[in-house]
Parts: sequence; structure tokens; C-alpha cells
Amino acid sequence: MSKDAFVDFQNVWLAYNEALLAQNHFAVEDINLQVRQGEFIAIVGPSGCGKSTFMKLTTGLKMPSKGRILVDGQPVTGPLKISGMAFQAPSLLPWRSTLDNVLLPLEIVEPYRSNFKQKKDEYVARARKLLQTVGLGGYEDKYPWQLSGGMQQRASICRALIHEPKMLLLDEPFGALDAFTREELWCTLRDLWTEQRFNVILVTHDLRESVFLADTVYVMSKGPGRFVVQREIDLPRPRDLEITYTPEFTNIVHELRGHIGAMRKSGAVINQ
Amino acid sequence: MNKKTLERWSPWILLVVTILVWEALCRGLNVSEFVFPSPSRIWQQFVEFRDVIAGHAWRTLWVTMAGFGIAIVVGVLLGFVIGSSRIAYAAVYPLMTAFNALPKAAFVPILVVWFGIGIGPAILTAFLISFFPIMVNIATGLATLEPELEDVLRVLGAKRWDVLVKVGLPRSMPYFYGSLKVAITLAFVGTTVSEMTAANEGIGYLLISAGSAMQMGLAFAGLVVVGAMAMVMYELFSYVEKHTTAWAHRGSQNE
Repeated sequence: MSKDAFVDFQNVWLAYNEALLAQNHFAVEDINLQVRQGEFIAIVGPSGCGKSTFMKLTTGLKMPSKGRILVDGQPVTGPLKISGMAFQAPSLLPWRSTLDNVLLPLEIVEPYRSNFKQKKDEYVARARKLLQTVGLGGYEDKYPWQLSGGMQQRASICRALIHEPKMLLLDEPFGALDAFTREELWCTLRDLWTEQRFNVILVTHDLRESVFLADTVYVMSKGPGRFVVQREIDLPRPRDLEITYTPEFTNIVHELRGHIGAMRKSGAVINQ
Repeated sequence: MNKKTLERWSPWILLVVTILVWEALCRGLNVSEFVFPSPSRIWQQFVEFRDVIAGHAWRTLWVTMAGFGIAIVVGVLLGFVIGSSRIAYAAVYPLMTAFNALPKAAFVPILVVWFGIGIGPAILTAFLISFFPIMVNIATGLATLEPELEDVLRVLGAKRWDVLVKVGLPRSMPYFYGSLKVAITLAFVGTTVSEMTAANEGIGYLLISAGSAMQMGLAFAGLVVVGAMAMVMYELFSYVEKHTTAWAHRGSQNE
């Protein structure tokens, strides 16, 4: 199983610091997870259940207290350059044009960094093409504050993809957008993924979003942060927005909602 | 006159009105010019002593700019160190705050002992009084980085230095230019205060000697000149700020 896994978590535990570790207080507990090459997974769960912690573990920004994480067959020992990240806040730099914002990773990550000056034209062309694919053609030279929230988020996703990462990590990327813009961006992400087949780990609150986009949805519980449900989404691809109105789709969403509801209830009892 | 032109001219209108009221009060109440000179009297003395005033003003100006120059260098360096390291921030900030609370005029006698009467104390007082806002603003700009953005860059293998240069410094530029406006006016205060007790030249010295000779018109003319110089420098840095960091002044619809 773990041989062909692209991301492989083996009994991973994480406490944020030594003191919490001594008290056996873990942010995430006993995470076992295997993700295939090119698989799109979504992680859903209540706020504060350690979803973002999970992302930091995957990218190597945090090291596990116990257990092992392998990505692409290699143990994770530090920040993982083959990943790109985008968050709920687009966090674009206001003094850079959209194009320059998208180019920022190439000024930092090797091997692009060393030849950035010589190959700048090539990289600019690449960034323009990427911006065009997400529907930002013509906005390359605008500044972020001249763009709408949805457009900023598109640019932020381009920034995460410009160095052609094997893995894209998204932490509630569409959380701050209105419903229509959000659905548009689902489709943008779907198309990018269909074309490039990078791995995606999408952290979200939105069950419909997770079911529409992902191959597999994981439900995470809160305190301790664990994966409690793994649900394969066997809806046929390519998926169209229409699918979200079918009974099959609704049933899966309903089922996942049931798991979360049950967890919140039992959580409430424990908290009393 | 539409609203916009009115807005542009409003400071000048207020100035003229103030001068007129002042003049009217002085004349109407027959205030002695040795107590509170009227604008016309100040102007008269200003013209009469214009060469003297110009000499002292020039001295005050360049001394202030020298102190201010040192303040920029020291303030930026200190701010950079404090803003880029949490430990340095924790260690230095409380001490700097305490230092900033000291009245800088109290340093003048000490500086006189060290450097004698003249430009030394004046430059240093201007520096001491004006580097603090620059330092604080640079440090704040660097220290308030969005954690998400830092993650995005760190995962790409960005070193602290990369993050500081690509994100931290450009981000702190509006804070920096904002602080220059504040600092330059403070620097004039520093120079003038120091010159009042520890110099034989400069507007501060002029104020003291005019005061002791009961030449109130001249003393007021000196004050007006310092105010005008500080005002011009403030506007200059304000202009530089607007034209270098336009991205930080966005959002007004009538641009």
C-alpha cells in the first residue's frame, strides 16, 4: 500500500511544544493516511480540529513528535519545495503587480532562483499563460487592490502553482468569497487539476465543495485531531456544477454532514 | 469656487484670517509690542534683520539636516535589527521606550561638557530626538508580517533574509516615509532647543538674544522661520512618500 503512495503518513502525532508533549496533549493524533499520485483529497472538520496543522506537517513546516511522513518516497525533513500553498487570505503584495506577485516564488525557489535574470522572459510568459488559464488575462499588470476578491484568490492560486509543484495545499481558499464566485473558482481549480494532475490537499468547511472537487474526503474530529471517516467520492469525472443538484451528490453531502453532526453532539457532551 | 479648490486653499485662507485677527487684536487692544508684537511689527523686524535671520536660519537648517541624516541611518539600522529578530525586539524595545521618555533638552548640558558649545550638541540633540520614530516604524513594518505569507515563502525554502528583503522592507516603506515626516519636525525642535543654551549661532541662539534685548518682533520672526522650515521639509517628505509608496495610499475615489 505505502509503496505507491505519494503522501504517506505513518502513525503521526504532533504536540506543539515540549510542555504539551509531556502532558500528552496532541494537536493531531495517530494520523494514518495514504494519498495516491495525483489524487485530490479534501479534509473537512470543525474549526480548530488541526486541519491547518495537518498542512504544516505535509509541507514540512512542522516536524511530527512521533511517527513518520513520507512524500514521494522520501522522509520529510524540512520545508518541501515541491509544494505550493494558498490560504483564505490571498496575501498578495500590494506593491507588486499581479504578474510580479505570481513570479515571486520563482525569485525564491531553486532552480529558478539562480537563473531568474537570464530566463525572465520565459518565466514571464509562463506566468502570463497561467494567469490566462484562470481567467486573469488582461489583468497581469493591475495591482492586487485593483482586483476583486475572487480575482485576487485566482492570482494567489497561480502564485502557488507557478513553480509547477507536485502538491498543492489549499487552506480554505474560497472561504471568504461569495457563493457564485466560489463555484466559479471550484471549476477553475477542477480544470487546472484535470490538466496538470498535481496532488491536491484541500482543507475546507464546505462539504459541497469537498464532494464536488475531491476523490477522497477525510473527516477530522476535534480535540484530539484525528481522521474519523474516509469517504471515496465515486461520482464520475469530469464533474459539472450540475452534478451538485443530483440526489447522488446530495446523499454523500448528507452522509458527511451526519458524521460531523454526530461528532459535534458527542463533543458537546464531553465538553460539559 | 468649488469644493476641491476650497480644500486646497483652505490652509492659506486660515493663515490669512489668523494674521488679520491677530493684527486687529493687537491694534484694537493697543497691546505693547514688547509684550506681544503684531504681525506687521514682526514683518518689519523680519525685513530689517533679514540678513541676520538668514544666516541663523541656514545654520539651523543644515545642523538639523545633519542630525536628521544620522537619525535616518541609525533609526533604519536599529529598526531593521529589532524588527527582524524577536529576541532583539524583546531586549531592545523596553530600553528604547525608557530612553525616548527622557526629555532630550536635559541632554544638552551633558553634550556641552562632551563636545563644547557649537554644532556638536545641536546635531546630536536633533539626532536623539528624531531617530526613535524612524526606528519604531521600520521595526513595526518588519515585525507585522502575515504568517500565511511567511508560510508560503518558507515552504519554498526562503531564508529569513529573503523574506525580509522581498516582503519586510518594501512593506515597511510607507511606515518609514510616514515616520520621516514626524521625525524632521522633531529634529527642528532638537536643534532649536540645543542652540538656545549651547550655541552662538542658529535660530535658537537668535531667539534667546532677541528675547534678552527685548526685541520681541525679531524673536517672533525667528519662530516663524523655524516653523516655515519645518513645514517645508514636512511637505517635501510627504511628497516623497506619496510618490514612492503610492500603493499604500490607494482607495480614494477621486484620484
